[in-house]
Amino acid sequence: MNRSYAVEIVYRGIFQKTLAKHISRGLVLAASKEGKTGISFGRYGDSPERNGIPAKNFAIVAPDEETLEESMAQYEPKHVDVTISVDDTLCKGVESWAWYGLQPINRLLNPGGHLIVTSMLGFDDLLKMIHVKDAPYNLATLRAIPSFSGLWVYKDDHTDVRLLGTIARLVPEMVSLKAIEQAILDEWNDELKMLSARKAYERVEVTEVPSGVGVTDTPYEFVLPGWKEMREGVTIRSIEMGGTFTDPESGKTGGYRPATNPYFKKFSTRTMRPVVDFDTCVKCTLCWLQCPDSCFDVTPDGLYDARMESCCGCGVCEAVCPVDKCITMVNESEFTDNASQWEMWKADKTGYKTWLTEKIQHRPDRSHGFRFRGQYAEQIQVMSAVGMTKSGNEKVGGEDTTEASAGGD
Amino acid sequence: MAQVREPEVALADTEALISGSEAIAVACKLADVDVITAYPIRPYDTVMQYVAKLVSNGEMDCEYIVAESEHSQFEIVKHASAVGARVFVGSSGVGWMYAFEALTVTPGLRIPMVAMVGNRALDDPGAFGVEHNDALAVRDLGWMLVWVDTAQEALDTALLAWRIAEDRRIFLPCAIGCDGAFLTHSQSMVKIPIPEKVKEFLPRYDRGDLRLHPDNPITIAPQANEDWVMEIRKQNDAASRRAPGVITEAYADFERIFGRKYGNPFFEEYETDDADVVLLGMGTMSMPVKVAIRKMRKEGKKVGFVRLRWFRPFPTEALQATLGRFKAVGVIDRDYSFGSPYFSGVVANEVRTAMYSAEKRPPVVGFICGLGGREVTVPAVREMTEMTFRAASGERLTDTYWIGLRE
Repeated sequence: MNRSYAVEIVYRGIFQKTLAKHISRGLVLAASKEGKTGISFGRYGDSPERNGIPAKNFAIVAPDEETLEESMAQYEPKHVDVTISVDDTLCKGVESWAWYGLQPINRLLNPGGHLIVTSMLGFDDLLKMIHVKDAPYNLATLRAIPSFSGLWVYKDDHTDVRLLGTIARLVPEMVSLKAIEQAILDEWNDELKMLSARKAYERVEVTEVPSGVGVTDTPYEFVLPGWKEMREGVTIRSIEMGGTFTDPESGKTGGYRPATNPYFKKFSTRTMRPVVDFDTCVKCTLCWLQCPDSCFDVTPDGLYDARMESCCGCGVCEAVCPVDKCITMVNESEFTDNASQWEMWKADKTGYKTWLTEKIQHRPDRSHGFRFRGQYAEQIQVMSAVGMTKSGNEKVGGEDTTEASAGGD
Repeated sequence: MAQVREPEVALADTEALISGSEAIAVACKLADVDVITAYPIRPYDTVMQYVAKLVSNGEMDCEYIVAESEHSQFEIVKHASAVGARVFVGSSGVGWMYAFEALTVTPGLRIPMVAMVGNRALDDPGAFGVEHNDALAVRDLGWMLVWVDTAQEALDTALLAWRIAEDRRIFLPCAIGCDGAFLTHSQSMVKIPIPEKVKEFLPRYDRGDLRLHPDNPITIAPQANEDWVMEIRKQNDAASRRAPGVITEAYADFERIFGRKYGNPFFEEYETDDADVVLLGMGTMSMPVKVAIRKMRKEGKKVGFVRLRWFRPFPTEALQATLGRFKAVGVIDRDYSFGSPYFSGVVANEVRTAMYSAEKRPPVVGFICGLGGREVTVPAVREMTEMTFRAASGERLTDTYWIGLRE
C-alpha cells in the first residue's frame, strides 16, 4: 500500500452513532495490526445527537504518518475509496445537519470505488434510490436489516464486524481479513464476532454500476451567500404564511397549505413515511395538529395530505390517528418520489386503494426503536439467516442462542 | 409606573453640580431612553439610583427593571433593543463579568446597547477602586469602548454613544468607561442642554428590517455551522471599520448643535505641540498627569499628555501620526495583562502594535499605575516622565514598570 485510503460511514444520528464509530475504529485498529497508521473521526459539524439526521464518520488508513497528515489537512475527505451506508434509505441522498442541499450517497466516491449498503433489497431496488454518477463504481450489499445500534441502545447484531469483513474483501490492499480478525479479537474479545466478519467476507455481493445508471433527478442545491449579501444581525426572514390551493379535480380553491423553507427540507431524515387512507379519514384534525413539522396540507375538501418535502417520518400522525389503518407508516425504501397521495387518490380512487393496500404490507422493520413486541426476536432470526453469527449474548424468544452455529449456515 | 409630570421646558442650557453617574442618568432622560435595567454593584449603582429617582419623581418615562442578576439585566435590554427600544444598562467589575455571555452575543446580533461601566477592580480581592480590566475584557468582541474624564464628558459621550451605536451603518453596543470614585462619585459643574438640541442631535432609533416585530417576522440568532460563522464575523468587522467615520461625523454634529468642542474625537492632546515626550493613558488619571505636566513645564521639561478616549475602534492611523512626533511615549495602564508581551498593560501593548508599521516609531515604555483605585500621584507622574525621557535618550527600557508600588 503506497497511498492513503479514505472510508466514509453514512449513518443515522442517535440510532446508529455507536455502530458508525465501531466501524471506523475497527478499520484503524485493523490497519495498525499490519503496521499501518490511521485516524477515525466523526464529521464535527454533524449533529449525531439528533434522531435520524444523516451524519458521517470517517476512517483514513495510511502507510505512514506523513501520508496520513497529507490526507488529514482538511475538514473531511473530499474523495473516498469506500462509502458505507448503514441504512439503505440513506441511498436517497444525505442532507446532514451540517450542510444545506441533498448530497447523493455516492458523491464523494472515487471512480471505481465501492459503495457498500446494508440492506435486504437487491441491486435493482437500491439503484432506484441512488443518484447517477459520472463514473463507474462498485455497489456491494451486506444482507442485513439496517441496524439499530445507537447512542442509547446497542443492538449487537454484528453489523459492525460484518462490514469490516466486507471491506477486507473489497479493498484488501487497505486492510486484510487477517488483520480485521485480529482487531476484532483484541477489541471485543469475541470469537463469534470474528466469525461473523469472516462469513461476511465470504458472502459479499457486488456489482459494477456503469456511469449514468441510477436516479437522474437533480439533487436540490443551495448556494451559500457572501457576507455582503447576508442579512445582518444573525437574522433570517421567517417563512411566509401559507394559503389556499386548488383541488385539481373540482377546481375548487380552499384549504390551507403551510409555506415551507426552500433551503431546509430535511426529508432525508426519513426512514418511513405515512400513507393515508382518505376513504376512512374522519377529519378529526389530530394528525395535522400533532405533526411537529407542520407537514399536513388541509385540502379544499377537508382532508389531510402529508407533504413529503416536510415530513421527517417521525410516526406521530400514525400514533394519534384514531382510525385503524387510516394512517400507516411504510418503509421509505418503498417509494421513489415525493408525490402527493391526495392528488393520486383524487385522480384514481380505486387505483389508490390498490396502491395503498400494497404499500401498507411494508411495515418498517428498522431503526426508530422497536415498533412491536417481539420485533427484536424476529430480526435476530432474519439476521442469522443472512449471515450474522449469533453472539449468544441475547436470549431471543426462548430459543437457546448459545447453540447457534458459528459460521456453519 | 410613576405618574409622568409635564416636563419642565428649559429654554436655555442649565448648569448643575452633579457627579459623573448623575450626568449619565441625566443623559438617559435627555435621550428619552425606553428601557433601563439595573442590578446593584458599586460604583455603577449610583447611576441606577439616580435613574430610579428620575423615574419616581416623574421626570422620566421609561421601563425601569431591576433584574435578578447582571446576566438577566443585559439580556433584557438586548431583547428590548431587538424590538426597537432605545436602551441603557450598566455594571461594574465582576458584575459586568457575570453578564459576560449576554455581552458576547450583543455585538453579533448588532444590538446598539449603550452601557456605563463604572470601572472597578475585578475580584479577588473584593475592592471598590478603579481598574480598567472589567470593560477591557470585551475588547475583542465588537463592543465599542470609550473612556471619559469628566462628568460633562460623561453626559456628552452618552448622547454621542446612542447616536453612533444606533447608526444603521454601525448597530454595535457601546460601553462608556467611567472611573470608579474619581468620576462616578465626585460632583462638578455640568452644562445640561435643552431637550430640543438633543432631539435634533439624536434621531429616533430605527431598527428597520432587523426589528423583531409581528409585522417584520424574522428569526434572530439561529444556530449556524462553519458555513456561516465567518461571514457573520466579517459583517461585525465591517461595522467596526465603519465606526471611525461615523464617530467623526457625530462629533462634528455635536459641536454644531451643542457648541461644545472636543476636537479630535479619539484622543485629547495636552501640551503636545512642542513636547519631546508624552505620556498616554485613559480616564481620570488625566487630572494628576496634567497637574504634574504644568509643574514640569515650569522646570523646562517639554512633556505632554495624550488621553485616549476611544479604545474601540482603536485610532491606529491618528495615533501613528501623533505619537510619531515625539522622541518617546510612556503609556500608563490602569489595568494589567498578565503574561502578555513585556508583561505590559493592555493599552501599552495596543499602542506598540499600532506603532509597529508606522514610519516613525518612538520607544514605548510601559507603566502600570493606580491599580485598585490607588491614587496616581504627581510624584508618580514625575517618575514616569523621567523614565520616558531616559528612553528618549536611548536607554532601553523594555520591561514594564509598576509605579507607586510598595517594595
